[in-house]
Amino acid sequence: MEWLGHFNYWIVVVLMMIGFYGVIARGNMVKKILALNVFQTSVFILFISAGKIIGGSTPILREGVSAYSNPLPHVLILTAIVVGVATVAVGLALAIRIREAYGSIEDDRIAAQEADEENRQSEPSR
Amino acid sequence: MSLAPALNPFTVVLIPFIGALAIALAARSPRLRDAFCWLAPIPFFIGVLGQIGPVLEGRFAPQTLVEILPGLGITFSVQPLGLTFAILASTLWVLATPYAIGYMRGEGYGNLARFFACYAIALGAAAGIAFADNLLTLYIFYEILSVSTYPLVAHTGTDKARQGGRTYIALLLVTSVCFMLPAIIWTWHAAGTLDLRPGGILGDAVGPGTGAVLLLLFMFGTGKAALMPFHRWLPAAMVAPTPVSALLHAVAVVKAGVFVALTVALYVFGLDYLAELATRDFVLYVATFTMLAASLVALHRDNLKSRLAYSTVSQLSYIVVGAMLASQWSAIGGGMHMLMHGFGKITLFFCAGAIFLATHKSNVSDLDGVGRRMPFTMLAFFIGALCVIGLPPTGGVWSKMHLIMGALDTGESLVVVAFVLSTLLNIGYLLPPVMRAFLRPLPEGEPSGMQEAPMLCVVPLCLTAIGTLVLFFLAGHAYGLLSLGIN
Amino acid sequence: MTVVELSPFSMLVPLIASAVCALLPGRLWPWLLTFAAAAASAVIAAITLAAAMDGPLSYAFGNWEPPIGIEYRIDAANAFVALLVSAVAAVILPWAKTSVDQEVPERQGPFYALFLLAFAGLMGITLTGDAFNVFVFLEISSLATYALIAHGQDRRALLAAFRYLIMGTVGATFLLIGIGFLYMMTGTLNMVDLAQRLPELRDTATVEVALAFIVVGMGLKLALLPLHLWLPNAYTYAPSFISVFLAATATKVALYVLLRFTFTVFAPDYSFVALPLAVVLMALAIAGMVVGSWVAIYQANIKRMLAYSSVAQVGYMVLGVSLVSVTGLTAALLHMFNHALMKAALFMALGTIAYQVGSVRIEAFRGLGKRMPWTLTAFALAGVSLIGLPPTAGFISKWYLISAAVESGHAWLVALIVITSMMALIYIWRVLEAAWFRQPAEDAPAVTEAPLRLLIPVWVLVAANFYFGIDTRLNVGAATAAAEALMGGIPGGAP
Repeated sequence: MEWLGHFNYWIVVVLMMIGFYGVIARGNMVKKILALNVFQTSVFILFISAGKIIGGSTPILREGVSAYSNPLPHVLILTAIVVGVATVAVGLALAIRIREAYGSIEDDRIAAQEADEENRQSEPSR
Repeated sequence: MSLAPALNPFTVVLIPFIGALAIALAARSPRLRDAFCWLAPIPFFIGVLGQIGPVLEGRFAPQTLVEILPGLGITFSVQPLGLTFAILASTLWVLATPYAIGYMRGEGYGNLARFFACYAIALGAAAGIAFADNLLTLYIFYEILSVSTYPLVAHTGTDKARQGGRTYIALLLVTSVCFMLPAIIWTWHAAGTLDLRPGGILGDAVGPGTGAVLLLLFMFGTGKAALMPFHRWLPAAMVAPTPVSALLHAVAVVKAGVFVALTVALYVFGLDYLAELATRDFVLYVATFTMLAASLVALHRDNLKSRLAYSTVSQLSYIVVGAMLASQWSAIGGGMHMLMHGFGKITLFFCAGAIFLATHKSNVSDLDGVGRRMPFTMLAFFIGALCVIGLPPTGGVWSKMHLIMGALDTGESLVVVAFVLSTLLNIGYLLPPVMRAFLRPLPEGEPSGMQEAPMLCVVPLCLTAIGTLVLFFLAGHAYGLLSLGIN
Repeated sequence: MTVVELSPFSMLVPLIASAVCALLPGRLWPWLLTFAAAAASAVIAAITLAAAMDGPLSYAFGNWEPPIGIEYRIDAANAFVALLVSAVAAVILPWAKTSVDQEVPERQGPFYALFLLAFAGLMGITLTGDAFNVFVFLEISSLATYALIAHGQDRRALLAAFRYLIMGTVGATFLLIGIGFLYMMTGTLNMVDLAQRLPELRDTATVEVALAFIVVGMGLKLALLPLHLWLPNAYTYAPSFISVFLAATATKVALYVLLRFTFTVFAPDYSFVALPLAVVLMALAIAGMVVGSWVAIYQANIKRMLAYSSVAQVGYMVLGVSLVSVTGLTAALLHMFNHALMKAALFMALGTIAYQVGSVRIEAFRGLGKRMPWTLTAFALAGVSLIGLPPTAGFISKWYLISAAVESGHAWLVALIVITSMMALIYIWRVLEAAWFRQPAEDAPAVTEAPLRLLIPVWVLVAANFYFGIDTRLNVGAATAAAEALMGGIPGGAP
């Protein structure tokens, strides 16, 4: 049952794979971005896990406590979360602009439109 | 030679580049442009002559312009072999300029500023090669020469010209970048220097195996020397207007190639070390083969310029053979042949251009009776042909004699046979045009009577023909100069 | 104020300026502020480099002593890259004004603010000595870059930006995972500290995995084949100004981060000897060189052609790195600098053509040689540098790269380098031939030479290509010093 002791790492791995799969396999841009977010979140959990010390207390200096959890990963991940939110914001903004320009946010439909346009462009020049 | 000032070698190299700039800037005004075209060769010629004094006195002070890499810079110095090349190029530039102006006007070509600017740059690059004190400098100007002549080859911009230009630039750049540049860097790595010094720099630095590979890289990397199978660019370059074929593809560019071959043999490998290398024989026989094969091809070419181009391929190999024989005689012979063949071949090309200009005939089989209409041109052609074949009273006889002596000296009897055979072939492809022109009647319906090309074209070609005769008597001086550097 | 105190300002000036810039109205003021910030940043970076040549500088942010606080540790290597980035920004901005006015006519304040943010991010990545800080600045610059690319006029710019966002975020997250593993093993984020603590832990799987994640993450940002897919579209559809900036700087900074991690944080004998990184990088570099050059030959869109050429050129740099020698590293760093010069010049000449002609497809080039002689000559000369003919900066890179290959005893690498150079010759030549030796199409619009305000900056860069091919003291000197600093292990520290 030792592997259960590392269940947080298992969650990290599972989330990461779900996210990564979504990024690669989904054609819908919003879904892609959500999957990307899941992927990032798994890394956040990885960092937070690293900071936890079993039996450690919150990192506030006080009497009678000798073991503290490491606060640094939390600080780092706060920054990373901000970065993640910004990424999602930019991604969604782009998705909206793409929807305005193409009328769709599905990869395959946009690719079909692009192929049409490419054909039209190259024909008269030949 | 106290008449000419002894300038710095770099200043001399710079003159044509300044000329090119002036010509390019005067593009809007044909008068001014022509004036610059006329003027640029003169200070260059005087500058080159000014170098003779210091060389005869044995002052080879290298002049470093700028250090590009630690211990390696753009450095110039004047050495006898380079001086010979520079004299050849500068003299012929003076003569080729009126011809080029006359020809380009007569045929009504456009874009003349670009044409003459590139022409001048090519001469400057040739001077840079001639006065280079190390391989890096030499390589830099070698590439400038390749690139600056591309616009000249593709000048007309027709499909055929662009096709020819592409072959030209591709072969020259591919050989130099793929073979010569790695060879230079390898040499730098092994010898720690790239200076061109009598006795060579590689002798003590690399083993025979590496030396053998380097020799192959250098010789085939010098695409301009037109060793088979990298000779195709030269016939391809014949799409260029004739003044280009004459000055560049009979003199500046190809002679730069054989100059590099000679320089590498003498100053990078050193003749003694060269003689020991395993691949020397291979290169020697490739050159011998090229000499004969190109002559055979020339024999079957009806187009006069194409015939002359293959003849050039063949004659260049004489010089490479001279270098590869690795004897003092043959190396001096090679140097002399550079000079003699330069004068002879430019005469032939000038004549081919003049014939085309006056009669629009470009095939040997159409030349029947042309001698009656263009006696001066065809006489000059005859003298030029004698020089290329190597018959008295032209300078060509001396260079060929030295080359054959060198071959006898080293006991390469096969090469001696090849020289003799090739001479016979030379007669076979160079004299028929003359005989047709003088001995056969004009075809029906063509007007007889003198109809020479414009004076601007005829005078230079007569002068170069006279030059080959003068060289018959001046050969001793050329020998003296060259033997200073080849000991 | 000492040089040490001054040094972080080459990142801070653009960062602060970007906040102000976003609020500025009109067209003149945002540009003026951006230019002033970039110029100031370049001057500071130059002063920093001069000082860093003598030994590393260390600046502790907020006076928190390292390894607790964030440290800026500047040695010859990152000072060199910082100068490269800021100098390129300062040189291209005078050109950018005209081009941006045409391509991004409205809301230029935010546009330039984004640019400053991307620029500050790149400077931050370069200067910092803290591993997590690298990630933060990487994301700052990347997010700004996605938005900048999306400013392109063609709607495909949006797709390119989106794709780059997805791939770039995955890459950055990989880097974050790698840094996380390192932190878990060592308890520190300071690079010097990491370098000191890692040797004891080098046999653990976690450290190996960390290195792998970092290399893959940076390989993505670096556009190392096969992770290059975002690059061609991003460069092709971004506004001309942004293409110039990205081509000249972004991949270089990613390469720097890769070098910093593999050479400084992990020692070279670990990254390249204990793990087969040298072989992997060499294989990918060669694939990039060959595939990039090959695909470039067949592109009808010249901007895309140059983008693929960048993939190939990144291959040259990584090849130099994979040889793991001072010469190889010098070649890589030198090519980083020289490639920035030549690609900036090429993309600027191309941007100038886009400005005048409105198209960058090969058909639009027909007959341009006569109509825009100065622009096309600039393009040709920069192309000569790209091919690597003397006397240009590109020749010096090739010289060092071939020297490094000869030194390593891999003669076949020499052959590969020269063959791919010939492929560069082919794709550049196509353009020049169309420009000079083909007649324009009959319905082609009348085109005149570009205005001087576009031409002069282009020619400044072209001249730089020749200047640094002849007087090589600055680029070769700094690259050698930087390579020695990296090979020495600890940033700037001699053993």
